Amino acid sequence: MDAGLDKVDAIWEKETAIIDGIDISGPWNRMFEQRVIWEYTPELIDKVADLPGAESFSWCYQCAACVPVCPVDMVGDYGPRKLYRKAQTGTDLQSADDLWLCTTCMNCVRVCKKVVDMVQIMPAVREQAVLDGFVPEELQKAFEDTAKYGNPLGQSQRKRAAWTKKSDAPVPIIKDVKRPVDVLWYVGSYPSYHPRGIDAALAAARIFHALDIDYAILGREEKDDGDSQRLAGENGLFEMLAEHNISVFEKYEWEQMVVTGPHEYNAFKKEYAKLGFERPIQHYTQFLSDHLDRLSPLLTHEVQAKVTFHDPCYLGRHHGEYDAPRALLNAIPGLELVEMGRCRENGYCCGGGGGGMWLDSFTQNHTTMRLSERRVLEAAAYGADILAVCCPFEVSRFEDAAKSTGNDQLRVLDILELLDMSMRGEI
Amino acid sequence: MNIVVAIKHVPSTADELEINDEGVNLDFDEVDFTINEFDEQAIEQAVLVKEASGGEVTVIGVDVIEELDGVLHTALAKGADKAAKIVGDLEPPIDSHTQARWLADAIGGLTPDLVLTGVQAVDDLDGQIGPMLAAYLDLPYVGVVTGLSVSDGTATVHKEYAGGVMAEFEVNLPAVVGVQAAEKPPRYAPISKIRQMAKSADLEEYEADENVGDSGCEIRKMAKPVSAGHAEMLEGDAEEVAEKIIEILEERGLL
Ligand SMILES: Cc1cc2nc3c(=O)[nH]c(=O)nc-3n(C[C@H](O)[C@H](O)[C@H](O)COP(=O)(O)OP(=O)(O)OC[C@H]3O[C@@H](n4cnc5c(N)ncnc54)[C@H](O)[C@@H]3O)c2cc1C
Ligand code: SF4
Ligand code: SF4
Repeated sequence: MDAGLDKVDAIWEKETAIIDGIDISGPWNRMFEQRVIWEYTPELIDKVADLPGAESFSWCYQCAACVPVCPVDMVGDYGPRKLYRKAQTGTDLQSADDLWLCTTCMNCVRVCKKVVDMVQIMPAVREQAVLDGFVPEELQKAFEDTAKYGNPLGQSQRKRAAWTKKSDAPVPIIKDVKRPVDVLWYVGSYPSYHPRGIDAALAAARIFHALDIDYAILGREEKDDGDSQRLAGENGLFEMLAEHNISVFEKYEWEQMVVTGPHEYNAFKKEYAKLGFERPIQHYTQFLSDHLDRLSPLLTHEVQAKVTFHDPCYLGRHHGEYDAPRALLNAIPGLELVEMGRCRENGYCCGGGGGGMWLDSFTQNHTTMRLSERRVLEAAAYGADILAVCCPFEVSRFEDAAKSTGNDQLRVLDILELLDMSMRGEI
Repeated sequence: MNIVVAIKHVPSTADELEINDEGVNLDFDEVDFTINEFDEQAIEQAVLVKEASGGEVTVIGVDVIEELDGVLHTALAKGADKAAKIVGDLEPPIDSHTQARWLADAIGGLTPDLVLTGVQAVDDLDGQIGPMLAAYLDLPYVGVVTGLSVSDGTATVHKEYAGGVMAEFEVNLPAVVGVQAAEKPPRYAPISKIRQMAKSADLEEYEADENVGDSGCEIRKMAKPVSAGHAEMLEGDAEEVAEKIIEILEERGLL
C-alpha cells in the first residue's frame, strides 16, 4: 500500500440488491452501499487548515480551475490544487519550498468556486514557519532591514526624505508645514530610496505642484507599510510598523491620503482599517484621474509610443481598480494604448507581491524564468515600445527583465513619468 | 554551562556618517546605533553551543545611548536566557578599554564557563575587547574563530589565519573566544517574539564605575576620506564597452 493511504473498507458489489422493494441489481448498486474509499491521510491538510485564516485550504475539491491562471504555474509547477494534492500525498507545506512561491496575486481566488483563499492561507502558514525558524535567507534580510531601518532596502531612516533635495518642485514635509493640508502623500519605501522609484516620486511632485495641490509628505517619520512583510509571514513586524504609521498619520491634520503604491493602498485600506484606521485613501492613479479635467490641459506634449499597461495585482484584482490608470494613459496625447492578452482581471503578476520582491534567487531555483521576464516577453510580443506601470515594485523588476530577455528596446516607465513627460516635453 | 556573550552597541553604517563640529569624532546625535555585526555571530554561536551541549546564555553590553534594550530583547528572542546591561550617566564615545573593564567586572560575577565576543567591532576596529576581557578575568583567549564545540570542560575551536589557513585548538574552559563567524548564519528573531520579550523580560543592570581609566588614547582629528580619483564610466552598447575595455587593458600592457 502506498504511504499515506488508509484503506477504509472493502469493495462491495452485491449480486442482487433490493431497496425499498425495488430490484436494483447490477453494477450501479454500489451507489447504495459502502464503497471503497481510499482516503488519503488528512493530517497535513489539517495542519494547514487548522491555522487561523487558513481554514479554506481544506475546501479544495481538486477541480483545477486555479492552475491555468496561476502565474507561478506558467513558469513552473504550482497552484492551490497542486499544493492541496501534495499535502494529501505527504508534503508538509510549512517546511516545503513551495510555501514561498505564491505571490498572493489572487488570480486563483478569482476563479475558485470553493473560495480557497491563498491570500489568507499563505500568510497564516508562513507566519507559523517564521515562528518555527524556517525563513529563506534573502527574505530574512528584508525582514531585518525593515525592522532596523523602517524600509526593506536597508537604507537609513534619517534619509527617507533625502530624495526631495533633487526635486525642482517644492515637497513640503508635514512637520514643517504646521497647518492642516488637503493631501497627505504617503511616498513609500521604493519611491523614497530606489533610484528608479525616486524618478517616479520626482515626477509626482512636479505633477502635484503643477496641479496646485495642497499636499505634504511625512518625511523621516514615514516607515514602510509592512503589508508585503505580513503576507510573507512577518505579522509581528507588520503590527509594529502599522502602530507606528497610524500614530504618525493621526498626529497631523489632513483631508485625504494619496499613496504611490498599490501595496500601501491595500495595507492602509484593508489591513490598517482592521486596526481602527479608516480615512479616505486613494492610489495616485485614482486621485489624478479625479483631477483629469485640470490635468489634461497640462499634457501638452505628445508621447508618440505604443504603450501597454501592466495591471498591478494589488490595485486590479485586490481592489477592482482597472480604469483609473487607463484613463490617465488615454489622456496623454500621441500615446497608443495596446492591451496584452493577460490584462485587467486576468492580469499577469510581476512576481513582487507577497514577499516575492525579496525572494528573487529563491524563486529562480523553482521556476524556468522570472515572472517579470514572462511578463516582459508578453509585452514585447504585443509590439509595445513602453511597458507602463503604476506600482513601485515593478519598474526595477521589469527593467531588469527587459535586459535579461534581450528586450532592451522595451522601456519601462511609471505612469507618473509618462504624465510628467507629456507635461514637460522631455522624453 | 554558563555562556556569556559580550556585545557592543555601535553607530549604524546604514547612515551617512557625520563628523562632529569639533572634528574629533562622529556626530553621535546624527547616527543611529545598532548591534555590532560580529556580535550577532557570537550570539548565534552561543545559542548553537547551548542547543548542542546544554547551558544558559547571558547577553550583556554597555548601554551607551540608553537604547540597548531592543538589542537585548532580540538576543532573548533568538534563544538567550538572560540579558544584562551596564548603565550610568554615559555618553558616546566610550572606548573599548573602558567597556572591557566594565564588562569584566560584571562578567566576573557571573562565573562563566565560556565568554564569547565578536572578533572586532565596526566602530574602532580595535579588536581588543575579547583579549582585554580575557586578561582582566585571567582566562585564555582565542580569536578569529569560525566554529566551536564543547565537551568535558574543553572547547574545540576553529581559528582562521590569513591566506585561508585553518587551525583547530583545544582550550580549557573557562575561556574567552572572539567569534568571526558562527557555524550557521544568525537565525531570525520574529518581531512578535521580540515584542513579547520587551513585555516580559527583566534586564539586569550593572552600574558603570566611572573611576576606571580609559585607554589613554585621544582622537585628535577625524575627517572623512577625500576621494583621490574617480571612476570613468564607459559609454556605449555591450560591444563598444567591451572594445574600450580591451583597448584600455592593452594600453596599460595588461593583456
Ligand atoms: C468535486 C466533485 C466531486 C464529486 N464527487 C462525487 C461522488 O463522490 N460521488 C458521485 O457519485 N459523484 C460525484 N461527483 C459527480 C460525478 O463526478 C459526475 O456526476 C460524473 O463525473 C459525471 O460524469 P460525466 O461523464 O457525465 O461527465 P464528466 O465527468 O464531466 O465527463 C465529461 C468528459 O467528457 C469530456 N468531454 C466534454 N466535452 C467533450 C467533447 N465535446 N468531446 C470529447 N470529450 C468531451 C470531458 O473532457 C470529460 O472527460 C463529483 C463531482 C465533482 C465535480
Ligand atoms: S479552483 Fe479552488 S477548488 Fe478548484 S482546484 Fe483550485 S483551489 Fe481547489
Ligand atoms: S495567489 Fe497567485 S501565485 Fe498564489 S497560488 Fe494563487 S494564482 Fe498562484
